[in-house]
Amino acid sequence: MGQFGIGQPVRRKEDVRLLTGKGLYTDDVHFDGQTWGVFVRSPQAHAKILSIDTSATKAAEGVVAVYLGQDLKADGVGTLITDVEFKDLSGKDMFRPKRDFLAIGRVRFVGEPVAIVIAETQAQAKAAAELVVVDYETLPAVGSTAFAASSDSPVIWEEHGSNVGIHWENRAEAEIDAHMAKAKYRASVDLVNNRVVPNPMEPRCAVAKWDADAGELTMYAPTQGGRRIQQGIAKIVLNIAADKVRILSPDVGGGFGIRGKIYPELGVVAWAARKTGRPVKWRGDRSETFVSDYHGRDQINHAELGLDENGKIVALKVWTIVNCGAYFAENGPRLPINGGGRIIPGVYDIENFYFSVRPVLSNTVPTDTYRGAGRPEANFLMERLMDAAAHATGLSRDEIRRRNVIKQEQMPYRTQMGMVIDSGDFVGNMDMAMKAADWAGFEKRRAESAKHGKLRGIGLSNFVEPSGGRPTEEMRIALTPDGKATVYAGTHSHGQGHETVWAQLLESFLGIPFEDVSLVQGDTKTAPKGSAGTFGSRSSWMGGVGLQRSAKRIVEKGTKIAANLMQTEPSAVTFDAGVFRAGTTSVTIKEVAKAAHDPKALPEGVEAGLDESYFLERDPEEFNYPNGTHVCEVEVDADLGKIEIVNYIAVDDCGFVLNPFIVHGQVYGGVAQGVGQAMTEQTVYDEDGQLVTGSFMDYGMPRAHHMAMIDALFNEVRCKTNDLGVKGAGEAGACGAPGAFVSAVCDALKEFGIRNIDMPLTPDRVWQTIQNAKAAKAA
Amino acid sequence: MENFGYHAPTKIADAAQLAEANEDAKLMAGGMTLLPTLKQRLAAPSDLIDLAGIADLRGVCRDGDEIVIGAMTTHAEVHESAVLREAIAGLASLAGQIGDPAVRHRGTIGGSIANADPAADYPAGVLGHGATIVTNKRKIAADDFFLGLFETALEPGEIITGVRFPIPVWSTYQKLRHPASGYAVVGVCIVQTKTGVRVAVTGAGPSAFRMAAMEEALTKDFSVKSIEGIAVAADDLNNDIHASAAYRAHVVSVLAKRAVASR
Repeated sequence: MGQFGIGQPVRRKEDVRLLTGKGLYTDDVHFDGQTWGVFVRSPQAHAKILSIDTSATKAAEGVVAVYLGQDLKADGVGTLITDVEFKDLSGKDMFRPKRDFLAIGRVRFVGEPVAIVIAETQAQAKAAAELVVVDYETLPAVGSTAFAASSDSPVIWEEHGSNVGIHWENRAEAEIDAHMAKAKYRASVDLVNNRVVPNPMEPRCAVAKWDADAGELTMYAPTQGGRRIQQGIAKIVLNIAADKVRILSPDVGGGFGIRGKIYPELGVVAWAARKTGRPVKWRGDRSETFVSDYHGRDQINHAELGLDENGKIVALKVWTIVNCGAYFAENGPRLPINGGGRIIPGVYDIENFYFSVRPVLSNTVPTDTYRGAGRPEANFLMERLMDAAAHATGLSRDEIRRRNVIKQEQMPYRTQMGMVIDSGDFVGNMDMAMKAADWAGFEKRRAESAKHGKLRGIGLSNFVEPSGGRPTEEMRIALTPDGKATVYAGTHSHGQGHETVWAQLLESFLGIPFEDVSLVQGDTKTAPKGSAGTFGSRSSWMGGVGLQRSAKRIVEKGTKIAANLMQTEPSAVTFDAGVFRAGTTSVTIKEVAKAAHDPKALPEGVEAGLDESYFLERDPEEFNYPNGTHVCEVEVDADLGKIEIVNYIAVDDCGFVLNPFIVHGQVYGGVAQGVGQAMTEQTVYDEDGQLVTGSFMDYGMPRAHHMAMIDALFNEVRCKTNDLGVKGAGEAGACGAPGAFVSAVCDALKEFGIRNIDMPLTPDRVWQTIQNAKAAKAA
Repeated sequence: MENFGYHAPTKIADAAQLAEANEDAKLMAGGMTLLPTLKQRLAAPSDLIDLAGIADLRGVCRDGDEIVIGAMTTHAEVHESAVLREAIAGLASLAGQIGDPAVRHRGTIGGSIANADPAADYPAGVLGHGATIVTNKRKIAADDFFLGLFETALEPGEIITGVRFPIPVWSTYQKLRHPASGYAVVGVCIVQTKTGVRVAVTGAGPSAFRMAAMEEALTKDFSVKSIEGIAVAADDLNNDIHASAAYRAHVVSVLAKRAVASR
């Protein structure tokens, strides 16, 4: 394989452009005659809207228009999508609250938009927005997850009569109780999986213009692939054909799942551009990120494990409450059920599994997909439970895991929930990680740390995280007459480095030099019709295999053209590394590309051009299974409760690694986000439903100094269910890190009898836990 | 941000005149707190008087037994000052612990103490070293300067021109950083002078304060042991989502002991 081919640690093509300010982000885009929109947001967590007075606003300088929810509704704008359906065991449907694009009659969380003010400049729009007078009648609010689920809580949706959207169960609990009763050992955990505010580097933004003559809308916005946004805006907001809406997202500063959604602001900006007949731009600021971007995680879990005399798991039961916020967002209730819940048993061989999920509504920002989307929560829960099982059985933390992991010879392994894990070396992951971390030499290091007053701990976490996302994707390759290639991608790179990886693939598949491959993405007009986008760690599989098959079609057609050029039969032609050969003669793909555009050089019946697409469709229930073992080592300054990560080993099986340099980047980023959740990121709503941690002054994003150097290793086992052998990589770090980190801290604090601390493990929380443990011991 | 008049005087007297002429004007030093407040439309002064162009307000120099730091000297300049490092290494170290590099290259000592944020680092250093705040009108002892939460002895329009730090025998500053903001959850400054020991604390209360009991004990016997038994009362300390008052009280004691041990 060449220097720039598959598997090589090729440096990212896009970095120079992005790091020298030559990227094109939505905020860089301005349309002639553009106006500025500013949203009026609810300062109240829960209130009736008695009236909205916009008279002063309309009279203010520069104001073009002010719109309320009723204006959109009167124009036929529908409600936002909840893209999930669940029934409970009795067959009863999940409650699905309706959300208007601008709140009508009632607000249900701080930050919910109630109006848009459009003016000639942003400053005018901001000043005028302050003049909108909303008369609210405050209602009791629900901020906390546990409170939302309790019967004492105020009910946010009277028509449903409860904050619990559904009590979903995978099966009757009693079926598992019989197995649990046989257990020799029992272990249980009670966990809080803390809410996080995703915070991509680029805040949200949108700029839209309406072409009245063509009846077409063009909108730039940071997305993870605009197709779904296009369809949603066309259907729900504008009531026009999808091909009359064009969504562009050239460069995007971070996705993490939450940039792929149809947010109310996108719909309102699009609609307002048509309504006013003027382009409208909205530039969200960081404060709006905090109160209007969907949040992540926010679960409370109770779980019980039963084990036999050999430490083999006989039954697992899990109860989850997930706080979905004021409305069920597109994927909200899916995350703890199909997203993560069904993979809770993880890498372990567990036949008897019961799990129950209560998605609850509260007066908080809705939660939706965030890097891992249910799998980090599931893996964290299982790994905390395995540590508890180690304690219950007296086995070491690695031994209890070794006795229960699914072995390679059991694969393909069908889980109790019907998922088929095709491949993975779970024992090997642990061996590799523990060796790299010098697990065996740990006690010596612990003693060294103790000498200078620090408590040292080590922890490990296994994980597996089904990847693949939506089951369809389309990729297109077009060759120019000079032999250069353009990839028209249905996938969307917003940090993943597709400009580089897709070029590597084409160099390998077609022998077209790396530098001669360019990428066109982020435009619904030029993206293949079947494009879906990038989320759920899917691009290497759905995009990569899509490209591989498109390339195959290029070669098939190229073979006919080459045969004609070499005056032989296509069956006599072979293709390798950019060269078509027949006997001793040969033509390069560059020559074939030229001929493909020259009608005189084409064989009969072959259309001009060398331009092929492939629409890839897989079974929606088929995934790949990235997995791994992470080991984290910490030192705790017990007097201050301060934790320092001193070593971090990430062993990942991402299948065949297309570019180790880029996958390492994914691992580092994922681990940082996982550590962030576990160590610093604390989202706090007070009793009145006010977001207390609404800025970077209070919300602890992880910084470089919170991290250690991460040693990222691969235990590559090729995926058996796709032609490239790839597995996902984007979400693995966030799955492995929280469990490894918390395990390490609890190991450091074991002398106090501390077995768990709820995330985030901030200094005051760690210190308080130690004080409580000391007090309990003394009593 | 709303519109405002912008003034960039080059002389202290001109700045003072501008401030006196317009009571809705705001003096701006590094703008670390003021600018975000304006951007969020939480304040709308009629005019901003930017002190950045006044050369007389900048620099670190030694004047006999004192170090004089100009009010508009940035934290980075203070941190890197060779003169200061030789005379009061503990204070140079404090400046290097403020915020992050961007903040340290914009924020100034005068701006920090005029704002008197309860979690800012400088108030502990100023109080601990028994510094004197020099304004365009008078001199104010550090002990008389910090009055409460965001409250100082400064009068409207009064401009800090510099801070005079008596050179101590030894000093140090230890802090527990806030994980999000980088401010001090608790910061403790311990200063040994020829006549005694001063202990100043920031982050823990509504404004920086001195620990008399620790000062007395350390003046008698400068050792960890001498302050081990001194309880820090949590009653009047800050209690928020990041740190309880009990935790802050405990951290004051831990950091004080570590500061002494580092001598």
